[in-house]
Amino acid sequence: MRKFVPILLMLTAPVWAQGSGPTPAMANRQLADPSKEAEAMRLMHSLRCIQCQGQSIADSDASMAATMRAEVRQQISAGQKPEAIRAWMIKRYGEWVSFEPDFKGARLLLWLTPLILLLASLWLARGLFRRRT
Amino acid sequence: MIAEAGLAALWLAASMALLQLIAGLTLLRDGAGQLVPLIKPAAYVQGALSTFAFFALMWLFYDTDLSVLLVANNSHIDKPLIFKLAGTWGNHEGSMLLWVAVLSVSGAAIAFFEKRIDTKTLYATLSVQGFIALGFFAFLLFASNPFERLLPAPIEGAGLNPLLQDVGLAFHPPTLYMGYVGLSVAFSFAVGALLTNQVGPAFARAMRPWVLAAWIFLTIGIAAGSYWAYYELGWGGWWFWDPVENASLMPWLAATALLHSASVLATRNALRAWTIMLALVAFAMSMAGTFLVRSGILTSVHAFAVDPERGAFILALMLMYTGIAFVIFALRIGSVKQGEPFQLVSREGGIVANNILLSVILAVVLIGTLYPLAAEAMGDKISVGPPYFNKATVPVMVLLMLALLIGPMLRWRRDELIRIRYWLIGAAAILLLGAIVAWQLAPDIGLFPLLGIAFSLALAVAAWLPLRGRKLLRTPLPVFGMVIAHFGIAVSVFGMAAESGFSSETLTALAPGENAKVAGWEVKLNDVNPIAGDNWVAVEGDMIAAKNGNQFALHPQSRHFFTPPMQTSEAALLTRWNGQLYAVIAQPDQEGDGRWQVRLWWKPFVTFIWYGALLIAFGGAISLFGRMFRRTKKPTRNRWQS
Repeated sequence: MRKFVPILLMLTAPVWAQGSGPTPAMANRQLADPSKEAEAMRLMHSLRCIQCQGQSIADSDASMAATMRAEVRQQISAGQKPEAIRAWMIKRYGEWVSFEPDFKGARLLLWLTPLILLLASLWLARGLFRRRT
Repeated sequence: MIAEAGLAALWLAASMALLQLIAGLTLLRDGAGQLVPLIKPAAYVQGALSTFAFFALMWLFYDTDLSVLLVANNSHIDKPLIFKLAGTWGNHEGSMLLWVAVLSVSGAAIAFFEKRIDTKTLYATLSVQGFIALGFFAFLLFASNPFERLLPAPIEGAGLNPLLQDVGLAFHPPTLYMGYVGLSVAFSFAVGALLTNQVGPAFARAMRPWVLAAWIFLTIGIAAGSYWAYYELGWGGWWFWDPVENASLMPWLAATALLHSASVLATRNALRAWTIMLALVAFAMSMAGTFLVRSGILTSVHAFAVDPERGAFILALMLMYTGIAFVIFALRIGSVKQGEPFQLVSREGGIVANNILLSVILAVVLIGTLYPLAAEAMGDKISVGPPYFNKATVPVMVLLMLALLIGPMLRWRRDELIRIRYWLIGAAAILLLGAIVAWQLAPDIGLFPLLGIAFSLALAVAAWLPLRGRKLLRTPLPVFGMVIAHFGIAVSVFGMAAESGFSSETLTALAPGENAKVAGWEVKLNDVNPIAGDNWVAVEGDMIAAKNGNQFALHPQSRHFFTPPMQTSEAALLTRWNGQLYAVIAQPDQEGDGRWQVRLWWKPFVTFIWYGALLIAFGGAISLFGRMFRRTKKPTRNRWQS
């Protein structure tokens, strides 16, 4: 994944080269294609506004959040995959920015928590029931 | 003078709590027990003194006595009377004093009204209650003295955080605190019953009204907090899985489980150890909630309530109480006899499913909230947010809804699924039809909202079925309470699913005279006007929303406060029976062309979320009413207890 990131950055490079970058309007305007907007919206809800108190970039008036929203819409409309954009954001701002932990190492355990707890409590509760006579 | 009298009352009340504790200890050691007759009077006096201290503080706020530090910091001579009075508990010290006052009055009420349980258990319960109160008195007197003087006195006072100058918010903290206090009473009963080996139906009946009351307050507190976030934060979200929201949700989940298992213990004398365990967990969660809010160890929108030193104090109290309680639990649980047996397919089985699933959700929320802290301690700064909580808890909630479709129809002790086969077929049909219709209406609705719609429709029917075949006039009130609360869950889940699945959003920028569309509504921005309030200035959008020839005026504001500097959005909400139109006006668009950022949402049935929550609380209140005004006779063994 690490090797992949520079390639991603290169893919977005033409945008930066034009000197336009994501326009501020993209922070507060939807994409024309509703399915792409939905994709961008889902991603924005899972990225933390690093300037705010525990809000996602989709629910914040902070300027940082606006910049990040613009970035997400920009990259989505350029055909980028949401998970690649997340990786780009993480590369840039650290793991802190993603509200959705990945499935690696101890975090896999975090994701398996509900299942483990459910099985464990069923096993514990089995003694409560009387067998059918 | 009044401040000093209040402080003296607090010290005396603390000494009463200490007396209750010591007298209780002599009781347990089977000593002569000369102090034991003092327990009840001490509880009355403690209640009276704490109440006096609270009203003394309220008088200081009414009088705006600026020589008292707390009043000077949180009030202002020009503030409206209602906010002056609400200022009594609209701050840390005052809210803790309110907490302690309610705790003490509850203790006095137990001492006065409780006749159902064994005298020795009652004394033990009151001692535990005194022990808890003692910790909070210490917290007040040593770490957050509300009566501290300020010399010299300022001339006009500092005012109150503008975000908190909201009638709704004036009642939000006390509501949650009432809930927390109720759970502490449940905790006292549980420890008292454990210590005196009286874990049985009588204990469950004595504890139940307190759990019910706590649960009603928590339900209302959470719903009010959610609605506040919805209209105040300006982006249309109603639940953010923010650490502080989680902190309020966890005691609610524990209290919900406790309520159900206590009803099994009360009627069937089963699930004894489990009920005690839940009572301890519920109190631990309410302390943990207070700790998470006050300590500031988690990044949250409640950052204004933060104070690390006090957080450490609350953490120490929490560890002490729950630590001692779990030690007693471990020592005594061996002597708690196993309850009455039952089969898997039975009402008890359904309630066990409810308990397990609620506990799993509680554990997931707890672990998810604390995981970033643990990770950070190990040098790994990560976030766990809404995507995780939604994916990890919603499937468990779906299982919970499934249990709710079947459990209440089953008989106590043992039953056969074949007996309720017609309902099972009916439920399956509603689920299938509901899912198909929802999917036809919105093919890209997503799995969770689809399941939410289907299950809420089935539950809306299932909720009423326990009334089938009953004579309505002779049906006990708690049964009506249960039916209404379960129906409230259906209503609330329907609102959540409809909002998540069917909302439409339009983000745009408009110049005066332009219009935008959202979900069949045409919204025209007529004009943008500057207006000013007491301590803020704002731009106000003058909008007209039109649909099917009906026109409505909307006036969203973007407010700017000066002290402290802060930007807030006042969304304009247009409520229709089938949803809300949510309009926000934000900053001028950055292209400098005289246009304003405008955000519009149509949120179908979003209000059902809070109406449902009110129904849940109303059901709880009916149940509570039914329990309180029943003859308080010694419990008789019913036909299910062999």
